[in-house]
Amino acid sequence: MFAFCTDPDTLPQWQWFACYLTSGTHLAFYWSFVVVMILLALAAPAALVMGLGGALLMRARFAPLRWLGQGYTAIVRGVPDIVFFLFVPIAVGQGIEALLHQVRCPHWDMPIWQGNDFIVCPEARVPPRGSPSWVRDLYGFSLAVLAFAVVFGAFVGNTLHGAMRAVPRAQMETAEAYGMTRGQAMRRVLLPQMWIYALPGLSNIWMILIKATPLLFLLGIQDIVYWARELGGAKTSRYTYPHPDWRVWYFLAVLVFYLAVTWASQIFFERLTRRVGRGLATAESARA
Amino acid sequence: MSRTCWESFEGYALRALGRDYAEPLLPRGLDITFCDQVVLIGSGMIWNIYHAVVAIAVGFVLATLLALGKYSRKGWLHYPCSGFIFVFRGSPLFIQFFFFYSAFVLLPREGIEINLLVTTITAETRWLTIAQVGALLVLILNTAAYSAELFYGALRAVPRGDLEAADAHGFTGVSRFRRIVWPTMLRLAWPSYTNEAIFLTHATTLVFLSAFPARQQSGDALYYARYFVDQTFNPFVAYPLVGLYFVALTLAIIGLFGLVNARLNRHLPRAQRMRFRFRPQYIR
Repeated sequence: MFAFCTDPDTLPQWQWFACYLTSGTHLAFYWSFVVVMILLALAAPAALVMGLGGALLMRARFAPLRWLGQGYTAIVRGVPDIVFFLFVPIAVGQGIEALLHQVRCPHWDMPIWQGNDFIVCPEARVPPRGSPSWVRDLYGFSLAVLAFAVVFGAFVGNTLHGAMRAVPRAQMETAEAYGMTRGQAMRRVLLPQMWIYALPGLSNIWMILIKATPLLFLLGIQDIVYWARELGGAKTSRYTYPHPDWRVWYFLAVLVFYLAVTWASQIFFERLTRRVGRGLATAESARA
Repeated sequence: MSRTCWESFEGYALRALGRDYAEPLLPRGLDITFCDQVVLIGSGMIWNIYHAVVAIAVGFVLATLLALGKYSRKGWLHYPCSGFIFVFRGSPLFIQFFFFYSAFVLLPREGIEINLLVTTITAETRWLTIAQVGALLVLILNTAAYSAELFYGALRAVPRGDLEAADAHGFTGVSRFRRIVWPTMLRLAWPSYTNEAIFLTHATTLVFLSAFPARQQSGDALYYARYFVDQTFNPFVAYPLVGLYFVALTLAIIGLFGLVNARLNRHLPRAQRMRFRFRPQYIR
């Protein structure tokens, strides 16, 4: 990184650290913090969409759709979601490959599941064999986002369902009295008003989502935890920057990062609650 | 030739306790039967239950003290307790496991000499790198922080009338807390505390996923489930089995805590009793 970094063995203390902390692997470590933020930025809207879908399904008048919505939220909420994080990426990955296998290799005569092996024809491999490592990383990351969306979508769906029921009945009756159709009343009255009721639950889910991000590690993605372990472990003098076991400092840094994100989110949601609550007849707005 | 169910039960029922209590080798590859999975994953539940029970029991006491500390008007009590609660609630348990494990590893293996003026005692440190001690400690601190926040909320919600009545009857200090404030606090917090107990139980699956090693391949339910998935490439048996075990455990907790709840509320008419609502949020 810096010009004076050519021979780290001879550097004085602070310059050694300056070089050490800007080495290539450390830049990858810093990048993994960005990846966490990207994951949050992608998973949160995806979970919101899944959740809204789930909540609308739970309100559907057609019973099988309603059961689908209720089943989705009930199953995901009833099982430890770590199990889901491990399960969804493998299941979806195998599902995609099996589907592509049917489409692309109709003449393949061997079964896909051979005993304990899962084998599809080479054309159906996702990502294709020989693709660069960033493609594989991106594919793994997308599956992870999907797993987060499925799990947190169920939480969000439950919260939104409750929030929709919390909107005063009179509001919907008024909308009907004005001659709005069910869909119009939903879009114009119910959906805009439910947010204030949903906000405490959603902020709670957001906090949990933040704390779920280190689980990326379990999916084999080179995330914060991976790099903290990798960089912190003791390095012998064969390495450019030898040092003893520093993992505890790396994990301390990660811990502080999460505390900072949680703290910032808390302040953000306090402000947002005040803002969304404007113009609504709640105890909070009556006090202002 | 595959094992019968009884043979897998005999062979692996206590496998989670270590190599000495069961067949030393885990079943491999095509040799794995459905019963093996049921028995071994069930055997792993021993550690889930152990971690959960001890952490909840010790954490309960610690949480009460922390809640009182945070409720206190004295700054030197309030700020450390609030800080402790924020740190453990604001960061992922997964990272806490890693952090504490890497800290425990650095401790000298022969223990730390603590000089107590009269005598020196040696604090044993080598046990801390073992999941059953080190991870348990992290779980205790973690559940203490979460429960303390619940208890703190309940403390603030104790009806003023109760306190005035206690004062009028001449209750002070410890007896006022033990006879009046504490039972009401517990009664108010119990439904959410039941949920907390459930989440903690589910969080015990993180122990062997994080830094703490499973010695002699003796791990918890999820550890064995992952082993089976690695061996068979089939996630559709082992993971749902873990799910089923946890659903059963969750129901047991709900039943047990429901009994306590009924006792805490026994003086109240049915309509005023605190009711439990299952609100799962597993990740912490």
